[in-house]
Amino acid sequence: MSHIKDMRQKVQLTEHTVFNVNSTNFPGTYSDFDDVWSQERFEERFQIDIISLSETDMEFDMVGIDAAVANAVRRILLAEIPTMAIESVAIWNNTSIIQDEVLAHRLGLIPIKADARLFEYKQKDAVEPTSEDTLQFSLKIKCTRNNVSSDATDPNVLYKNHRVATKDMEWVPLSGQEHLKGIRPVHEDILITTMRPGHELIMDLYCVKGIGKDHAKFSPVATASYRLLPEIRLLREFYGEEAELLQKSFSPGVIKLVETPDGQTMAKVANARLDTCSRNVFRHDELKDDVSLLRVRDHFIFSVESTGILPPDILVSEAIKTLMGKCQKFLHELDSVNIGKGKHKKGGKKN
Amino acid sequence: MESLEDIMRMDKAKLSAPVKTIDEKWKLLPAFLKTKGLVKQHIDSYNYFINVEIKKILKANDKILSDADPNFYLKYLNIYVGMPNVQESLGIAQTMAPHECRLRDITYSAPITVDIEFVRGKQTVIKKNVEIGRMPIMLRSSNCVLTGKTQAEMAQLNECPMDPGGYFIVRGTEKVILIQEQLSKNRMIVDTDSKGNVQCSVTSSTHERKSKTYVYTKKGKFYLKHNIFSEDIPVAVAFKAMGVACDQDMIQLVGNEEEAFDAMAPCLEECHQAQVFTPLQALEYISSKIRQRMYGVKRSKADEARDVLKNVILAHVPVVDWNFKPKAIYLALMARRIVLTQAGKIKFDDSDYYGNKRLELAGQLLSLLFEDLFKLYNMDLKKVADKNIPKVRATEFDITKFMRPDPITNGLSNAISTGNWTIKRFKMDRGGVTQVLSRLSYIACLGMMTRINSQFEKTRKVSGPRSLQPSQWGLLCPSDTPEGEACGLVKNLALMTHITVDVDEMPIARIAVSLGVEDIENLCRDENGDFYTVFLNGNILGMTNHYQKLVTTFRKLRRAGYIDAFVSIFPNHSHKCVYIASDGGRVCRPYIIVQNEKPLVTSKHIVDLTREFRCFEDFLHEGLVEYLDVNEENDCMVALYESHINKATTHLEIEPFTILGVCAGLIPYPHHNQSPRNTYQCAMGKQAMGTIGYNQRNRIDTLLYALAYPQAPLVKSKTIELIHFDKLPAGQNATVAVMSYSGYDIEDALVLNKASLDRGFGRCLVYKKQTCAVKRYANQTFDRIMGPKVDRDTYKPIWKHQALDMDGIAAAGVRVENRQVMVNKEMPTVTAPSLQPQMGQIGQTEYKETPITYKGAEPSYIERVLITCNQEESFLIKMLLRQTRRPEVGDKFSSRHGQKGVCGLIVPQEDMPFSDLGICPDIIMNPHGYPSRMTVGKLIELLGSKAGVLEGKFHYGTAFGGDKVTDLSEVLIEHGFNYLGKDFVTSGVTGEPLSAYIYFGPIYYQKLKHMVLDKMHARARGPRAVLTRQPTEGRSRDGGLRLGEMERDCLIGYGASMLLLERLMISSDIFEVDVCGQCGLIGYSGWCQYCKSSKDVSTLKMPYACKLLFQELQSMNIVPRLSLKRYNEL
Repeated sequence: MSHIKDMRQKVQLTEHTVFNVNSTNFPGTYSDFDDVWSQERFEERFQIDIISLSETDMEFDMVGIDAAVANAVRRILLAEIPTMAIESVAIWNNTSIIQDEVLAHRLGLIPIKADARLFEYKQKDAVEPTSEDTLQFSLKIKCTRNNVSSDATDPNVLYKNHRVATKDMEWVPLSGQEHLKGIRPVHEDILITTMRPGHELIMDLYCVKGIGKDHAKFSPVATASYRLLPEIRLLREFYGEEAELLQKSFSPGVIKLVETPDGQTMAKVANARLDTCSRNVFRHDELKDDVSLLRVRDHFIFSVESTGILPPDILVSEAIKTLMGKCQKFLHELDSVNIGKGKHKKGGKKN
Repeated sequence: MESLEDIMRMDKAKLSAPVKTIDEKWKLLPAFLKTKGLVKQHIDSYNYFINVEIKKILKANDKILSDADPNFYLKYLNIYVGMPNVQESLGIAQTMAPHECRLRDITYSAPITVDIEFVRGKQTVIKKNVEIGRMPIMLRSSNCVLTGKTQAEMAQLNECPMDPGGYFIVRGTEKVILIQEQLSKNRMIVDTDSKGNVQCSVTSSTHERKSKTYVYTKKGKFYLKHNIFSEDIPVAVAFKAMGVACDQDMIQLVGNEEEAFDAMAPCLEECHQAQVFTPLQALEYISSKIRQRMYGVKRSKADEARDVLKNVILAHVPVVDWNFKPKAIYLALMARRIVLTQAGKIKFDDSDYYGNKRLELAGQLLSLLFEDLFKLYNMDLKKVADKNIPKVRATEFDITKFMRPDPITNGLSNAISTGNWTIKRFKMDRGGVTQVLSRLSYIACLGMMTRINSQFEKTRKVSGPRSLQPSQWGLLCPSDTPEGEACGLVKNLALMTHITVDVDEMPIARIAVSLGVEDIENLCRDENGDFYTVFLNGNILGMTNHYQKLVTTFRKLRRAGYIDAFVSIFPNHSHKCVYIASDGGRVCRPYIIVQNEKPLVTSKHIVDLTREFRCFEDFLHEGLVEYLDVNEENDCMVALYESHINKATTHLEIEPFTILGVCAGLIPYPHHNQSPRNTYQCAMGKQAMGTIGYNQRNRIDTLLYALAYPQAPLVKSKTIELIHFDKLPAGQNATVAVMSYSGYDIEDALVLNKASLDRGFGRCLVYKKQTCAVKRYANQTFDRIMGPKVDRDTYKPIWKHQALDMDGIAAAGVRVENRQVMVNKEMPTVTAPSLQPQMGQIGQTEYKETPITYKGAEPSYIERVLITCNQEESFLIKMLLRQTRRPEVGDKFSSRHGQKGVCGLIVPQEDMPFSDLGICPDIIMNPHGYPSRMTVGKLIELLGSKAGVLEGKFHYGTAFGGDKVTDLSEVLIEHGFNYLGKDFVTSGVTGEPLSAYIYFGPIYYQKLKHMVLDKMHARARGPRAVLTRQPTEGRSRDGGLRLGEMERDCLIGYGASMLLLERLMISSDIFEVDVCGQCGLIGYSGWCQYCKSSKDVSTLKMPYACKLLFQELQSMNIVPRLSLKRYNEL
């Protein structure tokens, strides 16, 4: 029974392969289990715990949901949350050594601190930028020689403006954008190019709204991913040197050594969550048969690293909103299909 | 073995002290490369030529006399090659930097000046610095402006400090004189000829002559063979002619052994039968066999034969005062070699053995060419003198007026730019000696400088010259050779190989004599004495009975610096000879000397080296290190590692990885790879895009590829550091997942991550050159450049001229599309000078448009425009066009292990698998690439890179060394990764884990120059060839895609006759002809000209090529007739 339970709920990591990777808890797969979808059971089991949250990073647990849904959230985070990024560059002068196209490409990848929710997608045939769909920056900088008589070789001393960074980009509000505040590149110190005396850049940069599916520069996250919660089972007790070896085979903090009443040290699983699943315990012949490494299939430890445009919690809620929107759209599509065939719809209740 | 007590009694400290090894003896290598550079062979050889050899050539040809005036002479006193300059207008010479030559299509050359003494009228005049021509200057040679310059000064001159030099710039193109491999000159080689006879051959080479002399056996008799004889001469006759009249002497010259007697007896008999008893008779016999008579002074037959024997046969053996004894001894030795070989006492010589090879470099080749040109030049001067001296003129005949620099200048620069080496006096006519320096990547350029071209024919199917010879160990790279027809014939030098230049023989001969070498003429062959014959560069120097003493003392003197370091000496015990070699073109490399089981180089020396108290030369001068060539290597015991040293060891290798060359040195862990894989990588590394030099943005090359974001490899090797590949890299460290993904990764195809491409992975820049010359013509007309044409209504330039600036040349930074004009040039319709002198004012010249247009599927940007003039003072417009490309499906990539593949699919990041840390791969590679290729090095590279990334350092994958797998794995464990480098990975599509662990980590990937954009081609209709009216061929001509014979066979087999008809005729060259049913000939517009009727003419369709064939047959008096029948009468 416990074997079947494991098979339903856990992914098993052996030395050379991973077993039970697919979720099998569909109605009818197992005779003794009731896997029919029920909203109550889902609500009871589903939970989200935010482990840590900062300006750019967030770790949260999503428990009790199918991999498909968790993955959908991840995929939407990567590819479908809109942001503003530089899409076209009008180069009036570029005498630096960097090529126009390469420079434009570099500029495109700079994250722009602007809430894309306040903007519209630019119409395909629109030529003129409007205040609804475009943000304009200007980059005007010229490198000059510093008047120092010393025989310095440090370019920082010798030249002015030899490093063009994101702080040199200046936001130019279009008419009707005066109310917007704090439009700027997320980071001040991203190096765009370096120059030497006589080099000059004069260019206008136009940001538009877009999604990561179109180009990675629109992706709001550096990456968003999840891992499954590890679970370590010790099938026997480990004492002394073996216990220490066991401890070393896992990430720090996973295994703790406890003193038994008879003065021996014994290994115990302290916090399996910390394990990186390196499976190095399988290197030791004396240990490998007595340890079982598992991962909980429906416990996703999400990690969202925002590029800094929007805080990660907002990104996740946006992602969930997008997912909901997609579901709604799908339901709507189903409805419209059913119109012609008479009504016997039941409709999913998934959120 | 010491007893236990002995060991116990020993000093504790001494016992516990570790065995001392020279830790970092590889540091000798950078020191070696620092003093010599990567292309030292070329530069050394060229320097020797312009500083030493050219003076010798002058000395050998220093006088011009005239037949017209016995008092006239011109004598060359000295010759100099100056510093490179350029003659601008008004004859002002300016020093010239190489980069300017590249840009302006000028030759980087320096004037050759001579000091002369000559007769003018009745007085002798000395004139200095007369220019006789211009010598192309090798970059970084002693006369190049770049030598001794610091990095900053190089930058000032637009030069890359990493550039190796060693090539020439001729009319703006960089040309390399490849190293040529050939059999060594003046050495005896015993082998079998095509008929299976044993022969001994010598190729004699002197300044005047190059000839090959054979001695061979046929039916037990010995003959002398040479091209000058119409018939082979019995050796006995030759001996007699050389003054060895007595039969006994003759046999004793060959040898005292039984075999020698037996072998020579039939020869003597033959000699007697030919009625040759005295030297005079012999000479007359020989002269009757001489093929071509020498013209000129009439001489007696004997004199003629004597002259041939002196100058032609075995030309390299000197004959002083008609003393033929040395030549007779040499000839006898050749016969003796054959006798001993037949007796099985000595072995056949192996002509593939690398000790028998000499490498010819730029200096030697140029000196041959220069001497030829100089002789021709002098002959022309003599002709001029002969012609002009008898004429009576107001001014006295001044020969300097006729000393024009053009013949030598053009001779040299034409030879280098075409690669055709024609040397009349040796009847040498070689093609392909030079090649354009490949600047695809830095490695391609370096690889070209170390390339060795073999003179061997490519078409012959012999394996010997192609296979790897054991004697090439350490001197030639075992991996770097092309595949296919040139396999094994084109080779590459190993990292430490040095090629010698000529060393003066005289002092060496003197030292040898003082070391107890006795004149051979004073000795007769001792029966069983321990006499060794001593050879110096193939000539007999004498004999010694203490050869061991001679060899050891000689070596000691060399180590002490009394003899040049590159002179080699070695005994051959089966030949009973000691060979001393000081000629140029031998390959050699340095070794650490071992004495008394201890290497002379100690850790202290290495410390001094790192502190720069010592340089490599010091090691050489102090006798710690010495150069050995292939032959001397065979007389030494070389230990590979210090631990291998035993009693017999004489030398120690500096570093094992130096057996590899420049290209193979890039491969991490090559010793774990299957060997052909390394060979493939050597070929592919040259096609990898990246950086080609620090000055790449200043260059205007016909084609230049550059990577937008090149990276230094995470797994380096010592070679990479030595050649600075990490500073001019060609590739990127891609995170690779070794797994199957979709079906688009079969046959080595790669799956790329779209987000990686968005972020700049594999992004490259392609630069192309467009040139346009604005010429002046003979009739005083010239090309002109017009401004853009303006639209009548909008006053804006028409679309075609949109890219043009006001001056009619496209502006920098502008985008040009297909068929837009870049230079709006017009050319006068009449350029030939008119025959009648035009009267009055010159008529308005008419112009036709000859614009330079852009052709290409994708638009380009103009990077820069150069307007300059070349030496002919015509305007030169050079434009650099730029394209930025991101990888697309079909672009070719390769790792550093000969594993190439094209991009099969580009997948969005969210569909990519990801690891626990959220890492997505840049590339997914199919694991089927591994089992059959066995590129274990690639697996280790991944581990090394992964460990390097985690630690933030570069790991080493040096050949026969490098970081150990266990160490790398420990690093992985430390950072919480699996020991084997396999990660737990989740599918990006389903969100569920993958059921296998995935080998996951960075591998250095190269983007190769083959891109879809340059190759894609399709055509529905398009141009046709004029003659056959069939579609043209090839992408460049927008040609059709051929349905070839095999495809045709398929369609025939299938029976698709209408499809065949359509493909082969209707869609190709269908033509309607009117055929007369009466005569069967082709008429036209319903009329048969032959029958003079239109009665039976019918129209039918046939391929135009068929009609053409009929007409061509008619033109050669063959009448093809078509017999026609109605389709319903069949």
